[in-house]
Amino acid sequence: MSRGGLLAFTIIVMTVVLVAVGVFFPNTSAFASASGVPSAVRRPSSPQEAVETLVQEISRKDWTAAYNSLANKNEFTEQDFVRDLTGTHPSVRSYASLDGFDLHPLHASADAAEVRVDLTWSEVVGTYHEVRDVRVIRAADQWQVAWPLVKEPRVPPQVLAVNYLRWDVVYRGPEDDWGAQDVESPHVRIVDMHPVDRGGAVVLVGELLNEDVVPAFVTVKATLLAKNGSAIGTEDAFDKMSHVLLPKQVTPFRIDFQNVRLVDVDNIRMDPSSSLIAASADPVIEIEDQKLNGLPDSSLTGKLVNQSGQVVNIAHVLTTFYDNNGQPVWVSDGYADRALLPGTPVPFSTSLPADLSGRVSRYRVVASTYSSSRFQ
Amino acid sequence: MRISLRFATLWGLAAMATCAIAQTMPLDLPKSIEAGSAVSVATSGNGKAVLYIVGIGQVLRHDVQLGEKAALAPGELHNAGHYGAFLVGPSSTQTAEFDVTAQQPSSLSFLAKPSRLPVDLHEGISGVVYVFDAFRNLVLSPTQVSFELSEIGGATQTRVVTTQNGVAWLRLDSAPKAGAAQFLARVGAVTEKRIVQQVSGEPCNLRMSARRSGTRVEVETEPLRDCKGNAVPDGTIVTFIERNNGSESTVDVPLKRGVARTDLPANDGATISVATGVVMGNEIRWRQ
Repeated sequence: MSRGGLLAFTIIVMTVVLVAVGVFFPNTSAFASASGVPSAVRRPSSPQEAVETLVQEISRKDWTAAYNSLANKNEFTEQDFVRDLTGTHPSVRSYASLDGFDLHPLHASADAAEVRVDLTWSEVVGTYHEVRDVRVIRAADQWQVAWPLVKEPRVPPQVLAVNYLRWDVVYRGPEDDWGAQDVESPHVRIVDMHPVDRGGAVVLVGELLNEDVVPAFVTVKATLLAKNGSAIGTEDAFDKMSHVLLPKQVTPFRIDFQNVRLVDVDNIRMDPSSSLIAASADPVIEIEDQKLNGLPDSSLTGKLVNQSGQVVNIAHVLTTFYDNNGQPVWVSDGYADRALLPGTPVPFSTSLPADLSGRVSRYRVVASTYSSSRFQ
Repeated sequence: MRISLRFATLWGLAAMATCAIAQTMPLDLPKSIEAGSAVSVATSGNGKAVLYIVGIGQVLRHDVQLGEKAALAPGELHNAGHYGAFLVGPSSTQTAEFDVTAQQPSSLSFLAKPSRLPVDLHEGISGVVYVFDAFRNLVLSPTQVSFELSEIGGATQTRVVTTQNGVAWLRLDSAPKAGAAQFLARVGAVTEKRIVQQVSGEPCNLRMSARRSGTRVEVETEPLRDCKGNAVPDGTIVTFIERNNGSESTVDVPLKRGVARTDLPANDGATISVATGVVMGNEIRWRQ
């Protein structure tokens, strides 16, 4: 046999061997990532493996396989299971995909175990964590997860009387004389602004007030100026502020400048802008049980309660943290992962850098909302 | 006949050059012509000539039979300004200079600022009027402009201002009473109208009351007014804050029908406060 023929024979043999190994001894992660592979092929031999398998099925959104693998599937329907994971109404959760997970065994015996699952969900506005403590039960020769179903509360059928308040705007038309004034832009004012040096970044935190009697769409842009007057950089607050402000409403804002040192900054040029928009004064959101949590996971937690009768799909929470002098030291934001049903509390959390935790003595939380059935 | 500006300018320059080297004679034209009016130019001699009329933003060219009258149709000469006329004939060139003046006022450009302002603001409203004729020429002759600022169902402020170089302006105080005011500028029968919204100022006395409502506390403000007694507009955000044992509950509520109303958890010993914008209201300590 020639040298080339020997090489070809070796490659063929190795390929056959590797394919056989792959078929009969599949790798767990490769198995999980291969969609469409029936989970029944594997029989989890440990509590962790059972939970891992379930989470991987959830990650693939293979709801049927995940539901069928549960030990307590006779307690609820597959639809209930899917609603628990994706939400009954469209929300941040509906569009999230599982980005990763951590398992922490809590306790185990021969026939049962308890495992804490820390799920990291990823969606367009960032990531959020969800922790579930699941029971794992040994049945025959395999382990199965008993899913701790969280049922969204049902709002009883009722009629809520709401006095809607809405602003409509008539702008000048192209046929109007050049002297015809357009409707005046809302008057807004920065009531507070404070630069924070964050080790390699300059962060501007502050508050903007709509001091007018009409709703405003607002943005805040900032330019850092060096000692020679040149611009170091220009950034805006993007999603670290509420962009729709009703009359006398205040929004915090945070503008991040990466890779800039505060000592290099001589001046800051702030550029708030506003324009009139058609807006609605509803829904009203109550933010209850606000609590400042200390180290190690310093954060502000609370619950959002929708006081209106309309479902709120996305709720964005902004927290301003103040020091003893009432000066804002940080602004952070977060999203409620579930839709806000009328009168139903939904928890939220906004983080606070650990090094600022000791300086914070006051805070203020605002929420802005978006409903799929309405503009705002 | 109207021709392109560049082409005519060249012809005009050529005509003026011709004037410089040829025999020039004065052309019989009035010193001042009202924009848009018909013009007749008497000529003498025989043969054909060309009449050029050159002004800022407008150039006219007419073929003329010498000895007959050259006529400019009504509306043909419509831009106000200083003009030169050149009648270029086979043997001589006649020239004249004249002014085209604006017609009677026909339209007003009225700038009223701002469109929305707080009540009782000294010289807060500015009105500027530019007076134009039918051809949009600024009427430079002094013209009396009457300004009227009238509240609906209220007093009217009237002032008469004479234009200077076509512009009249003034400043007026906003009324102490909130509402939409009609701001009118009038020259003869020509009027322009603007709406100026006079809105209430900061809330003057923010007070709330609380009462039990099941397991909750219902809080409600008194009707919100500014220091002049004007109702604060609906939609104004009022913030209720309840503090209890290191925890807080807040609600941003828009004013509806003059009051803000919401409910909060009924926690014994909780402190409830109220604010709107930068104005603080009273505080209530809730007892079960």
